[in-house]
Amino acid sequence: MNSQFHPPTTRDQIVSLLPEMRAFAMSLTRNHASADDLVQDAVVKAWKNFHQFQDGGNLRAWVFTILRNTYYSDLRKKRRETDHLIDTEASARQPVGPSDQIIDVMDFEKAFQTLPVEQREALTLVAASGMTYEDAAQTCGVAIGTIKSRINRGRQRLAELLGKDQG
Amino acid sequence: MSENNPPRDVERDIDENLRRVYQRRLREELPDRFDDLLRRLRESREDQTPGDEA
Repeated sequence: MNSQFHPPTTRDQIVSLLPEMRAFAMSLTRNHASADDLVQDAVVKAWKNFHQFQDGGNLRAWVFTILRNTYYSDLRKKRRETDHLIDTEASARQPVGPSDQIIDVMDFEKAFQTLPVEQREALTLVAASGMTYEDAAQTCGVAIGTIKSRINRGRQRLAELLGKDQG
Repeated sequence: MSENNPPRDVERDIDENLRRVYQRRLREELPDRFDDLLRRLRESREDQTPGDEA
């Protein structure tokens, strides 16, 4: 007798992922309005293509993949949002945070937004949301080593921007 | 390509801040637009497959 019955995944479970989708979308778009537009598009796609989701699979990873792919698809179409909108030179030369152990959250967010999108998404998926390296690699369509490299480079860059790279 | 990883305590601080920002965003109230969207999607049955009941 199967004592571990798992009810089938339903479309409505996508609803429970909305807060996480918005948080992930923010790491990609860097503004609330675009993030909500992105999430809306991704929800519609996930809802309409739900028959393609393999029951028992990782719904969050599946939905995040849709959201991420939508973001990059829109980016290619629009060709007007780059990762160089924020002037990184000034922030790169001057630490934006205090030198003690507590990092101001607002300064941290500013520093984070200067990172390339590949690093922002890797850090958000693994370090922030707790996704495994394997799932993050699958979501981003790259090798696990690539995800780890992006995370390491992102952390290194954040440490530099926050004046924490000197041990 | 060599990567100079920051000290472990700095990595922990960074990850802690990443989680803090993420958790704060999770607690944000969902805009009304998503209520409207979900209502429209649930009302639309064009993609509903047998046994897939909301």
